[in-house]
Amino acid sequence: MIEFKLPSLGADMDEGKLLEWKVSPGNTVKKGQVVAVVDTSKAAVDVEIWCEGTVFELLVAPGDTIPVGTVMATLLEAGESPLAPRAGRGVGGEGPGPAHPLRSPLPPAGEGVIAGRRRISPAARKHAEELGVDIETVVGTGPEGAVTLADVELAIAAKVRLPKTAATPDKSAEMRRAIAAAMSRSKREIPHYYLSEPVPIRRATEWLAKVNEGRPITSRLLMAVVQLKAVALALKKFPEMNGFFRDGAFQPAAAAHIGVAISLRQGGLIAPAIHDVGDKTPEQLMLDLTDLVKRARAGSLRSSEMSDPTITVTNLGEQGVAAVYGVIYPPQVALVGFGRIVEQPWVENGALTIMPVVTASLAADHRVSDGHRGALFLAELRDLLQQPENL
Amino acid sequence: MKMTYREAIRQAMHEALAADPRVFLMGEDVGRYGGTYACSKGFLEEFGPERIRDTPLSELGFVGAGIGAALGGMRPIVEVMTVNFSLLALDQIVNTAAALRHMSGGQFSVPLVLRMATGAGRQLAAQHSHSLENWYAHIPGIKVLAPATIADARGMLGPALADPDPVVIFEHAQLYNMEGALPDDWRCDITTAAQRRAGTDISLITYGGSLPKTLAAAEQLAAEGIAAEVIDLRVLRPLDTDTIAASLRKTHKAVVVDEGWKSGSLAAEVMARIVEDCFFDLDAPVARVCSEEVPIPYAKHMEEAALPQAPKIVAAVMMVLGK
Repeated sequence: MIEFKLPSLGADMDEGKLLEWKVSPGNTVKKGQVVAVVDTSKAAVDVEIWCEGTVFELLVAPGDTIPVGTVMATLLEAGESPLAPRAGRGVGGEGPGPAHPLRSPLPPAGEGVIAGRRRISPAARKHAEELGVDIETVVGTGPEGAVTLADVELAIAAKVRLPKTAATPDKSAEMRRAIAAAMSRSKREIPHYYLSEPVPIRRATEWLAKVNEGRPITSRLLMAVVQLKAVALALKKFPEMNGFFRDGAFQPAAAAHIGVAISLRQGGLIAPAIHDVGDKTPEQLMLDLTDLVKRARAGSLRSSEMSDPTITVTNLGEQGVAAVYGVIYPPQVALVGFGRIVEQPWVENGALTIMPVVTASLAADHRVSDGHRGALFLAELRDLLQQPENL
Repeated sequence: MKMTYREAIRQAMHEALAADPRVFLMGEDVGRYGGTYACSKGFLEEFGPERIRDTPLSELGFVGAGIGAALGGMRPIVEVMTVNFSLLALDQIVNTAAALRHMSGGQFSVPLVLRMATGAGRQLAAQHSHSLENWYAHIPGIKVLAPATIADARGMLGPALADPDPVVIFEHAQLYNMEGALPDDWRCDITTAAQRRAGTDISLITYGGSLPKTLAAAEQLAAEGIAAEVIDLRVLRPLDTDTIAASLRKTHKAVVVDEGWKSGSLAAEVMARIVEDCFFDLDAPVARVCSEEVPIPYAKHMEEAALPQAPKIVAAVMMVLGK
């Protein structure tokens, strides 16, 4: 029996609300298949599964808010037969226990409860109203998953324990809180150091102009793609900038999955990954970036895009600032920033010239790397951007 | 003072007969035999045949005679052997006794007390074992009592006789041999329900012969860490909804235990009132334990299986609590 648990889709996520199941009991699933849509405080995310099997039982009902790690469904491996009775009360101690006591067991299929209204006792509903708790966020543990008074009280206790309130479904406030939590953690835990380097960008600009010549607007490459690819290539020589710091140790990542900071129209930002940036052509990266931005703003990101970034790149140049010194998104260990392209006096080969320059910056985790390596990384990035045709 | 339920009934009648010359006892076998359940043993000798009257096997006749006596200023206690047989007298009770005050514009009172045994558990089969309390609790114009304790057996007759309207008292046949201490303050009202055990987790609402079973269930539940409150309705008409609601507001959950059949039962009425008055206090669906919907069987094991029992009550509570 395989247990499918709610994955953490980022350092700022400790619970999620199931919006929709994309599979039903009896369906076979493949690795990477989207099985559910889960609402985090940032976005509705298509959650993928990373094992193969046949869905046996769905344990969480749409509308339920559950902590990260909760078993959401069980699956049978190929050839496995369902020996165990359906999850339910009275089977205490048998098999792997639930990951969290706040499971909401569903009645056996066929009783049609899932399709109907959620079971919420009148007293629980009234109590939640009085205390300003959103009853839809309360997990039911009563008979057949009913939300009872005790569940409401538990939810209130949880609210008091955590310095956040789940009472209002105000999306932008929730995102603000999520960002606040992740960034506070970053500044609390990560000893940042900052470096910056002015990077002449004339060659890249000229190369882009040449490449884009004759192309329709929709397939033209942007400077952002050039920068992403350069960062990915630089990371190959500086693996200490690419990976995660977890449980007191650095875990380098094999590939560069670069989180791209995307500001959202309703406010806030999100930094989902473009996978394997180092192995992709600029054309492919352009397609990926366009698609990612579109889906991030539409709220249809995949769970792997949320949880996989190994480093983040932010480009505030578009907003007109000369340079950006970012806050690392834990558990990542570095963030690369690009400012706007500024034409400035520049000495080249002993002569004064006007040069388009972009300020590249690095915020890095001093637990993992030192300024010396950070400086070499930025120098490598600068040099790579001088040979755009090799990207 | 320790005594049986039977003795408490006997003492209550003895007191009434001794205190008020208008009081007399009438019914099948109440005189020479001393009462089917021996509640009037020795009365014939003590009070004489004028006041302790054996009647023919004719419920319609002697209940009607009792109503006439009450209209004429007497305070009759009419004993009907079981509620099953009282159906023969329903016309007198429902069409006459219950209606006369209203039909006469308040000119006539019928201060009649009707006592009858009810309930199963003694292998007397379907014609002697049914619980039809709710048939009477349905009727405006009469009061219906169900003493379930020694104190109520002793205390309820006095206020019933003092009441200007017909009062029906149901004595569950299985309670007569119940023994217990009669408290000093046994005098009681005939208007309120009583809390027999305090608890916070669930309200068990019952009456009559089911009270001891419900208390036994509450004791078992306590061993499981569940604090069940037990409410004894005592008065089946008019129902004391306030006491029920007060308990529900504390526990938010209820199981109603009623030896009547589920369909159209008193339990159904109690549940309806809970939903009417306490809907927003409910934390779980209200459940009930009633008799199986069959005429009460004769065979002992089948009779036991047909009736509410402590394990069934415990199971219902567990279901409501989701355990």
